[in-house]
Order: sequence, then C-alpha cells, then structure tokens
Amino acid sequence: MTTSSSAGQSRRDFLFVATGAVAAVGAAAAAWPLVAQLNPDASTVAAGAPIEVDLAPIADGQDIKVFWRGKPIYIMHRTKKQIEEARDVNVASLPDPQPDSARVKEGHDQWLVVIGICTHLGCIPIAHEGNYDGFFCPCHGSQYDSSGRIRQGPAPLNLAIPPYAFVSDSKIRIG
Amino acid sequence: MSGPSSFQPQNSVLKWIERRLPIFGLVHSSFVAYPTPRNLNYWWTFGGILSFMLGVQIITGVILAMHYTPHADLAFNSVEAIVRDVDYGWLLRYLHSNGASMFFIAVYIHMLRGLYYGSYKEPREILWILGVIIYLLMMATGFMGYVLPWGQMSFWGATVITNLFSAIPYFGESIVTLLWGGYSVGNPTLNRFFSLHYLLPFVIAGVVVLHVWALHVAGQNNPAGVEPKTAKDTVPFTPYATIKDAFGLSCFILFYCWFIFYIPNYLGDPDNYIPANPGVTPAHIVPEWYYLPFYAILRSIPNKLAGVAAMFSAILILAFLPWLDSAKTRSMRYRPLAKQCFWIFVGVCLGLGYLGAKPPEGVYVVAGRILTACYFAYFLIVLPILSRIEKPRTVPNSIADDVLGKKKSVVASALAVIGAVGLLALDGGSTARAAEHGPTPPSVNWSFAGPFGKFDQGQLQRGYKIYKEVCSACHSMNLVHYRNLTDPGGPGFSIAQAEALAAEIQVKDGPNDAGEMFERPGRVADKFPAPFPNENAARAANGGAAPPDLSLMAKARGYERGFPQFIFDAFTQFQEKGPNYIHAILTGFEETPPEGFELPDGSTYNKYFPGHAMKMPSVLADDQVTYDDGTPQKVDQYAKDVAAFLMWTAEPKLEERKRLGFQVMIFMIILTGLLYFTKRAVWADAH
Repeated sequence: MTTSSSAGQSRRDFLFVATGAVAAVGAAAAAWPLVAQLNPDASTVAAGAPIEVDLAPIADGQDIKVFWRGKPIYIMHRTKKQIEEARDVNVASLPDPQPDSARVKEGHDQWLVVIGICTHLGCIPIAHEGNYDGFFCPCHGSQYDSSGRIRQGPAPLNLAIPPYAFVSDSKIRIG
Repeated sequence: MSGPSSFQPQNSVLKWIERRLPIFGLVHSSFVAYPTPRNLNYWWTFGGILSFMLGVQIITGVILAMHYTPHADLAFNSVEAIVRDVDYGWLLRYLHSNGASMFFIAVYIHMLRGLYYGSYKEPREILWILGVIIYLLMMATGFMGYVLPWGQMSFWGATVITNLFSAIPYFGESIVTLLWGGYSVGNPTLNRFFSLHYLLPFVIAGVVVLHVWALHVAGQNNPAGVEPKTAKDTVPFTPYATIKDAFGLSCFILFYCWFIFYIPNYLGDPDNYIPANPGVTPAHIVPEWYYLPFYAILRSIPNKLAGVAAMFSAILILAFLPWLDSAKTRSMRYRPLAKQCFWIFVGVCLGLGYLGAKPPEGVYVVAGRILTACYFAYFLIVLPILSRIEKPRTVPNSIADDVLGKKKSVVASALAVIGAVGLLALDGGSTARAAEHGPTPPSVNWSFAGPFGKFDQGQLQRGYKIYKEVCSACHSMNLVHYRNLTDPGGPGFSIAQAEALAAEIQVKDGPNDAGEMFERPGRVADKFPAPFPNENAARAANGGAAPPDLSLMAKARGYERGFPQFIFDAFTQFQEKGPNYIHAILTGFEETPPEGFELPDGSTYNKYFPGHAMKMPSVLADDQVTYDDGTPQKVDQYAKDVAAFLMWTAEPKLEERKRLGFQVMIFMIILTGLLYFTKRAVWADAH
C-alpha cells in the first residue's frame, strides 16, 4: 500500500512538473513576437538601401552632410594641410589609435567620410571647429582631428566610418 | 480582499515588506486560501478567461499603438503596414481584432451564466451592476476600436452610431458635434476615438478590480445557489479553482487560435478592407456581430428617439434585474418554468442577432418587432410574475449535498454550446447585401485553401504578369512594393529579378540640391506605379468610375453563402470568397445582356457583378498574355492566376500564418491535455 501510493505520488509530481514546464515554454514563446515587433520594420529596412553621392561639387576645404539610415554622414574634401596634420600625429599617443591611412580609401586621401555622430552621447559635432582642424562637439566639448579621430574630451572612440566605396573618382556609394 | 489575512511569511525580507505593505497577504487571502464553492462548473471559468482577454487586448493594443497612425489620411495604410511590414505584425493585429470578438463571446457566456444561476440576487446586486458597467464600457471601447482602421465600415459605423445621440431632444445636435469635433465624422473624430480607445481599457481594468472585490466580499455563487455553510462546502482557490480555470482557459485559447490562424477575417466585414470614403455608403451597414441584437432592437422601432431609447434600455434593464426577479431561489436549476423561459430568452437574443444582420425589409421587420417585445417581456413581465407564482423544486441543503447527489444537466450545457456557436457564427448573415445579387460565384479549387494551403509560385508569377500587362493600365496597387516580390511565401522572384522589374519604371523623386524634382529608375523599395496621378484623373479617364486599388481586393469583396453554410465555413476554414468573386467577375462578362435588361451606356453586362452593369469592360481574351511555362493561355486560366496573385497581395503572410498556426495548435492541444490530467489529479483529493 505504501509503495503503490508513493509511486502514485511521484507520477503525480511528474505530471505537475511536466504541465508547468510546458506552460512556461508556451509563455516564453508567446513573449517572442511581443519583443520581435520592436525591430525595424520591412519598409524601414528597405529605405536603408545604399545611396550614391556625387563628390564633384565639393570644393577643396569644403564639406557636405548627407543622410543615410537617418544618420548624418560628413563628407569632407580635405586640404593638403589637413591631410598632413592627420598624418603627422604619433598614432600611439591617441586615445583610440588608428593611422590616417586606415580611415580613408587608398588613392582618395583627400576624402574623409565619417558618421557625424559624437561617440560620447550621440550629438552632432560641428565641422571645421576645435583645435585640431576637424570637428568639435558642442554638447560636451569632444574634439576630433581632420581624420575624425578623438583627440580631447570625454568621447571614447574615433568618429565611425560608414561602409562605402568609390564607384568612380567623383562618386561614392554609401551602404 | 476578505478581511485581514492570516498569512505569515517566513522569509525575513518578505516579513519586512509585509509589515509595511501587506500585499502578499492580500494575494494569499484572495487567490490562494480564498474559499471557493466546490460544486462550480466550467461556466464559472469565464471570469478568469475574461481577465485573460482584457490582458491580451491591453498588451496587443499598446503594441499596435506603437505602429499605428491616428490620422484620417494615414490610418488605413498604417494598419496595413503593421500587417505587411512589422515583425509578427499580422499576428498582433489578428490577436487584437479577433480578441475583441473572443472577449464578447466570453462576456456573453459569463452574463448568461449569471442570469441562469441567479448570480445577481442578494447579496450580489452591486457585483452584478458593476458587471453591467463593465459591459457598457466594453461596448464603447469595442465600437471606438472598430473605427480606428478607417475602412468603410469604420467610417460609416462611426457615422451611424454617433448619430444615435442626435435623437436626444434639444441637446442632440450639440452632443453629436462634440463627438465629431467638426461638421461630420473626420480626422478630429478619429483622433479622439483613438485617445479614448486607449483610455477605456484601463477604466475597465479599474472596474474589474471593484468587481472582483465585490465578488470576494459576497463570495461566489454556485450552480446550486445555496451559500456555503461548512468547510466541507468549499475548497481553497489554489490549487482547485486555479487549475480548473487554467484548463478552461487553455480550451478557450485553442478556440481563439482557430480564428487567429485559420479564419482571421471570418468575423470581420469585407467592406472594412476598403478605405473610408465619405461620399459612398456601403450597400448594407452592419455593426460588429456583438452589437447585432441591440441594432435589431433599434431598427424595429419606427420612431428615431424611441428606437434609440429602446436600444439603450435593452442594456440598462440588466442593471435592474436584481429587483425585477425577486424569487428567493437563485438557481434556475430548481425553477422549472423560469428555466424554460431562460432558454427561450437565449433563443430570442440569437434571433435578434440574426435579424440585426439582415436588411430591414418585409418579414425581417415584423420578426424584429416580435422578438424585441419578447426581449423586454422577459425582464418586465416573465421574471416578475414567475418570481411570484412559480413553485420551485427543493433546493439541496448544502453544497456538499449537491455534489453528492449530482446529476449533470448535459442537455442544458449542450444547448448553451450550440447557442454560443450560433452567436459567433452569426456574422455570415452580416455579409447580407440589400442590393440584389447575381448568381453565387462558383468555388474554385485554390492551392492556398485549407490548413496547409500554400501559394503556387508559378501561378503567382503568371498572375503578376497579367496584372502588369493588363490590370495595371487602369488599377493601382498602392500597398505592394517591388521588394515584396522576393518575400518568402510570395511569387519567389530573386532579388536581381525584382531589381530589374523595379528599374523598368521611372519614379519621381526630389527635390535635388537645386530644388527641382527629377525622375530616377525605380528601386525595390518603391511601390508599384499608379496608372493615374490622382483619383479624379482616374475617374475622368474611365467614364466616371475610378478603378479601385487592387492591393486588398481579394479581402474587400464577399458574397452571401447563406444559412447554414456560413456556420460550416467556420469549421472548414473557408476564406476564399474574394478570389472566387474575382475569378467569377473576370469570366462573367456577356456580350449581349439577357432579354429585357436595360444596359446603361458605357457599361458591360456581367453575370456576377451586383446590379450586372459594370463600368469595366471585358479585358481578357484567349492568348492575350504569353505564358512561358506552357500553361494554357485561356481566359479562365488568366482569371485564376490573377485572382491567386491578388489573394497574395491582400494576405501576403498567409503561408507564415498557417505554418505558425499549425505549430501553435499542436502545442495548445498538448498543453490542454496535460492541464486536463493535472486538473483530474488535483481534484482527485477533493472528491
């Protein structure tokens, strides 16, 4: 009698645990769509397709701002002086060490293409301001040089480089 | 919620909290130790089911509001964007739209249970009245929610319902203006309805708390209708009621999933897939099925004010029920006459629901008046008189006695189930049209029909070709983009093919740096091009009738299948009225109208078109479009292919829906089975 009731007991326990486990799996699965819907929707993804930018109208020493995936992209036509300043830095002394050659495309040294979002807290730095002939962020005083590298202030990283390629000498495709 | 709790936490942190906020004690005394009558049947699980449905509606509603745009110009397309572009958006929308129907099915069962077992009688009057208030709030919320997609039924439903208030003497017109925020139903109306639709569920939740509070003070009624006297009459809420409610809920979710995954548009009206048009009223306006009985009462009274008054009285009379029925015996189980009258009353409600979906003509009007009289007579004559003259049968001494001597009233339960099925199936009648119809379109054998239906990729590609070469000369397709051609569950074009197709069109873009608009080749993110720049141009070029947008055509057209076919359709998952209709129209042109038919100038005779005079000419001819895959180039084949393509454009997630539905169904059947055995194991101790 005792043995059979304890066997019945463990069968019941198994049933309770199994039911609880299946219900818990169901609840977790039901939560999935509620979170997944927060992803960018298909039209947003489709609108984030690559864009082409014509560089011909940008004169020496000028820059333009274009938008790709809702982000401002700075395209800066650097002067000889700016290129030299960017190269003459002791890379090892930088907060986020990166040579200028890693930040531009080979053979297109005059073109700096960076995402214009401060790596500190996301404000938009102003071009051609600050002490390094590059960018100055008005929010918390971060300063970037003519290669978009962080030189001074609270930002931890260099300005990010978007994926892009030269389609021709005067045209790039971002994305 | 039933006095100070004896609950004593052991854990020191819990003790610390409990001394300052006795929340664990509250939960323990309300939902764990709370004594619940041991003879409750499954009709008592609907309270828990309703709480669950309120939660589902609030959660899915809050999420839908993240993607929805409450603007008259954008609302319709934003709802379609949810279904087409948002991850699982189709699921969330169908959960919410069918959730409203499930909510009402559950509330009607809950109310009828209260009516049958006398749950409104002393000392539960306030509990009952709070329930009536919740029901009224639900009706307001459901109505305003139905307006939000801004389809034809949304718009005209809003117009008709707000105009009800114009019947009020002296203030009527001013009240209607306040509701509209304009000279007619328009953008301000949509905005305020959205705001209130978001607010009211939380008000409902607040009243539900009062409802549960009142319930826990008075205690639950039970099928015997006698109060618990000793500890033998009750069992603790947890685990007994909890597991029983969980099993009942699981069965209900299974039923709910059938609608979401297999017949998501069964309870809706095809007209609501047509964007709101303030210039054209649909041929036959019907509210959502859950308002139909009251709509029938409204229409059966020929005076405007009296009709509106009767409709509201039909709901408000419920609040007076505790005093209209003064019989001492609660449960109708022991009131043989009242029991018969109750089932007649259920029949009257179903009958009114059926009539509410019918055009207000001829015999329907007479029947509506008779049933309206019966409805009020039940409350004002039958119950007051019966409570005085009826001799009830002997009520058991205690709940324990009731459990021991239990006989199942199988017949009553079965009747109620049939009633519930009938109620939800009423919608089929709602597709009735006042205008005369041609013959019923023949049913075509579609590859996408049934629980495992899939689109035939080759057919969709052929259908796209016909749309592109023939239909697109006059019809736009604003909701479909070239990128959709590559989506899984679609025609299965490669990305390169879709890019090439998109590049064939020129799209106006800009302004450029010089401030000028320019043309560029299309990209996959672009929608299909519209043949006319605006609706007026479309109308002018087509003899006064603008060719409708085809994106949703396969869900925006329907026809009556008649009783009882529409009930079977819920079980066989028949959802192919739209493609059947499109196929029928495209093959239904006749060169010479039948004898005696006066065909207006500029029209073509079509067997299946309502009214038969169609502005669209017969555009398809054999061998008109070249098929590369050897499919016969016949009009009938063309019509089938383009109808299938239009079904895909209307319901692009059909395959994903059916696939996920199968997985969910299997899971829910396993869970329901496990819950059933767990419930039996738990209750084995109690018997």
